[in-house]
Amino acid sequence: MQWLMTTWDALPAFARSSFWILVVTVVLILAVAFTTLLERKVIGAMQLRKGPNRVGSIFGFLPGIFQPFADVFKLLFKEIVIPSSANKFLFRIAPAITLIPAFAIWAVIPLDPKLVIADVDAGLLYVLAMTSVGVYGVILAGWASNSKYAFLGAMRSAAQIVAYEIAMGFALVGVIMAAGSLKLGAIIEAQQGGWFAWNWFWLFPLFVVYLIAGVAETNRAPFDVAEGESEIVAGFHVEYSGMAFALFFLAEYANMILISVLVAVLFFGGWLSPFDGHIAADSALRELPLLGFVIGDGFHWLFLKLFIVLFSFLWFRATFPRYRYDQIMRLGWKVLIPVTIVWIVVEGAMAYYGVGPWKA
Amino acid sequence: MLVEGLFYLFATILVASAIGLIVARNPVYSALLLVLCFFTSASIWLLIEAEFLAVVLVLVYVGAVMVLFLFVVMMLDINVEEMRRGFTRYAWVGWLTAFVVIVQIVGLVAARRLGVDVTQGMVPLPADYSNTAHLGRVLYTEYLYPFELAAILLLVAIIGAISLTMRRRRASRSKMWPGKSPPCVTSACGW
Repeated sequence: MQWLMTTWDALPAFARSSFWILVVTVVLILAVAFTTLLERKVIGAMQLRKGPNRVGSIFGFLPGIFQPFADVFKLLFKEIVIPSSANKFLFRIAPAITLIPAFAIWAVIPLDPKLVIADVDAGLLYVLAMTSVGVYGVILAGWASNSKYAFLGAMRSAAQIVAYEIAMGFALVGVIMAAGSLKLGAIIEAQQGGWFAWNWFWLFPLFVVYLIAGVAETNRAPFDVAEGESEIVAGFHVEYSGMAFALFFLAEYANMILISVLVAVLFFGGWLSPFDGHIAADSALRELPLLGFVIGDGFHWLFLKLFIVLFSFLWFRATFPRYRYDQIMRLGWKVLIPVTIVWIVVEGAMAYYGVGPWKA
Repeated sequence: MLVEGLFYLFATILVASAIGLIVARNPVYSALLLVLCFFTSASIWLLIEAEFLAVVLVLVYVGAVMVLFLFVVMMLDINVEEMRRGFTRYAWVGWLTAFVVIVQIVGLVAARRLGVDVTQGMVPLPADYSNTAHLGRVLYTEYLYPFELAAILLLVAIIGAISLTMRRRRASRSKMWPGKSPPCVTSACGW
């Protein structure tokens, strides 16, 4: 154990970050695979069905647990059909363009009080910049397919992203005002003090706007007009088959997990424990072997918060019918943006008079 | 050494994609090569430790402006033949611009050679120096009024654009609901 630690410290910095990049990527891919299963199970339960329960089980428990692997192997063995009039190059790289930003953003996300791959100063801007790059994959896929349905999906997606990006940016302005920093680590530390010190309480309207814009940004129900299978078949990925389709699928779920972790970091205090302000820092409870770890700060809290938000994504899909396209535009431009602007002004007043998190 | 190598790599990509942007036959390819241009120039800005500007370049131009550009370029039915005729006719403007730019760059480099360097070269900044914080401090103290004015102007532009689309619903001419608009289905109908 001791020599392991010393060799670890002796490794050059790039080797250590490469190790963490590998760990995060592998865990993320597995998480994405099981999120697809979770979605089918959860929506199944909400609709009084069983969901997938045929493939594998662990000693009779968790029937259907290996369904994601069955899906992956099925898709791997399918032919990738490229339409004869498609733009071959763009058609091939479009799935990768959607997928890569969803993984790249994890570099700046603080997973633990000490663990972040790159805690850059303009972390939040990097997140915004990268999420907006992902839309190119959707637009290019729709255009390169040279199919009317796919093209309509791409157009819808472009307009939707432009509309919701503004609301999203404004919501983040509120977060930056509360934390006084663009660094994600500093944003989390600014929320110290338990439960009601987290940003969701004082920035509640911005939290709601960010959550809605996040769902819209991932093209998930009820904002999935870019796919809209009852209107434009499958939207931008109508021409994709096999593993190329699977990459879009992967990107959608990776983006869901990403938005969930961003909500957790920006509005629910990331890895901060909810007991922070309620159990004294020198309390004897913190010395207990297991409980002391659980009530302290750490990755498990980030995971729990992430999971709750992710669950709500699945819940939305089972609950709400799809928005009509013009209603989406109206909601984005005429409801969410005014709400954020008003709340930023309110927040400015709160900061001026020293209310809430600005009380110092 | 590494920084110089990276600079020449990015610069090569930048120049190549800029040339490609001009000569590409397909306007969508041109727009995508412009995206590549923005990305590589952001990388070059990172090399001179201007990380805030680099990220903002990607955020604003790649994330928003170029998405709209692509949106428009894809919608338009552009006649490539006509475009090519225009290309040769206005080529001299392009050559002139290129000539002026080259003269300026050579002038800048020559000025350094002659020892009248105004930029004083790059002094490496300490590791804990935050470009973002520094920029924020300058913007909110020295340039507060111009900054606020620009911010208000942009905000007014957004609100103006939104309010242009706000109008009362005219009485519907449908047969089902003569003389009045159809009943509100969603809460957002009041708009």
